[in-house]
Amino acid sequence: MACAASTDPSGMLDRGWRVAPQVAVRPEPFGALVYHFGTRRLTFLKSRLLLDVVSALADHGSARDACCAAGVPEDELPRYERALATLADTGMITLRGV
Amino acid sequence: MSATAARLVDQLEAGLDAPICLTWELTYACNLACVHCLSSSGRRDPRELTTAECLAVIDELERMQVFYVNVGGGEPTVRRDFWDLVDYAVEHHVGVKFSTNGARITPLVAARIASTDYVDVQVSLDGATASVNDRVRGPGSYETAIRAMENLAQAGFAGFKLSVVVTRENVPQLDEFKALADGFGAQLRLTRLRPSGRGADVWDRLHPTASQKRELYEWLLAHGERVLTGDSFFHLGGYGASLPGLNLCGAGRVVCLIDPIGDVYACPFVIHDEFLAGNVRDPGGFERVWRESELFCELREPQHAGACANCGLFDKCRGGCMAAKFFTGLPLAGPDPECVLGHGERLLAERTDVPIPKPSVDMSRRAPRRMRTEPPSHPCNESPLAVLRSP
Repeated sequence: MACAASTDPSGMLDRGWRVAPQVAVRPEPFGALVYHFGTRRLTFLKSRLLLDVVSALADHGSARDACCAAGVPEDELPRYERALATLADTGMITLRGV
Repeated sequence: MSATAARLVDQLEAGLDAPICLTWELTYACNLACVHCLSSSGRRDPRELTTAECLAVIDELERMQVFYVNVGGGEPTVRRDFWDLVDYAVEHHVGVKFSTNGARITPLVAARIASTDYVDVQVSLDGATASVNDRVRGPGSYETAIRAMENLAQAGFAGFKLSVVVTRENVPQLDEFKALADGFGAQLRLTRLRPSGRGADVWDRLHPTASQKRELYEWLLAHGERVLTGDSFFHLGGYGASLPGLNLCGAGRVVCLIDPIGDVYACPFVIHDEFLAGNVRDPGGFERVWRESELFCELREPQHAGACANCGLFDKCRGGCMAAKFFTGLPLAGPDPECVLGHGERLLAERTDVPIPKPSVDMSRRAPRRMRTEPPSHPCNESPLAVLRSP
């Protein structure tokens, strides 16, 4: 599947991410629970699709590719970008190679 | 609340594959005898889980991906294998947050706790001054807790928890508690006084008054997520905006309790046969109790709002706390005894000849319990582990 070109001012979608080393992800029927052992913060992923995206991050060069691979419809990309930005702000996911 | 969040609450009420928040009381033994102890602790139960049985429970929690356990008691650190259990849990990716009165948090222990992200500690203190605290927790307990927190701060452990049960006597000290926590680089955690365990004996005179409830709510709202509550004040949501947190009764749905002999209860505040789901020693262990016990399956069904069904605030408070209702003799389908509209108080006043359920476990030491006004004649009269100080 071809992915759309960047319209992403933060650059979030064009960079490579992964789940942070101190973070555990537990799938649940509604999505997943994400827990950071360092900050002791618990976050809910409110859909299985978002869980698929987060799980795919490490295997793709960019968050955009991970979204594509998980099957996120193109018009939904901004919503997923915001969700990923929140996860990045709280340290749940980190940039790869940093 | 957004539509998505509302659906999340429904999902959570229908139960999860594993608890989010699991309380594990490792022992009923305790060096203190707090008047409001929710687990009626004091003496060790000879049937306590062995070290091997505890390790097996940790293995299960790892398999179920329980991120962390809230370890309590009793005073959990009096178990001889306490640190072995903590180390094992951490090695198996189960974080440990334990509650303590601080008696064993020496500088050495503090340094040990500070060295890992996977261990967190809550020091219990129920008064911002010795006079308020020690009336509830016993003589010397204020000083013990303060010393423990000094040791933790000295060891560089930022962000440990100062844990306070809110009572009629300490509501006026909320700002002092906050300042105390800030001074140690700790985070303040406030929880609700429940009429559970020995708490039933003192609840009438120690639960916050109506005006204090309002004051507490405003204070919590002003402090937001900086002050932790273990989601224990969702019954106050009816005053207006919801407080931070999940705002639902998680009993058997997202929380539960494993007691020292392995009995699994719906939550830490309902140690009673009616809320006993099974035992970790049963075939299938904890996982089977969590996923299949009749009680937990029932709790995950939609619950009846009863007398609250027509109340416009039901979505805010969801009828409040099951344990608070149960141990004050109120119907479970109906208002919380501390309902913000006063419906609970009215029911309490009307209550006549209602048998009030007693907890199924009482390991209190056999000494008269009372609100303390004078120090004991000798520290050993108070506690076998009393810290003796030179005059």
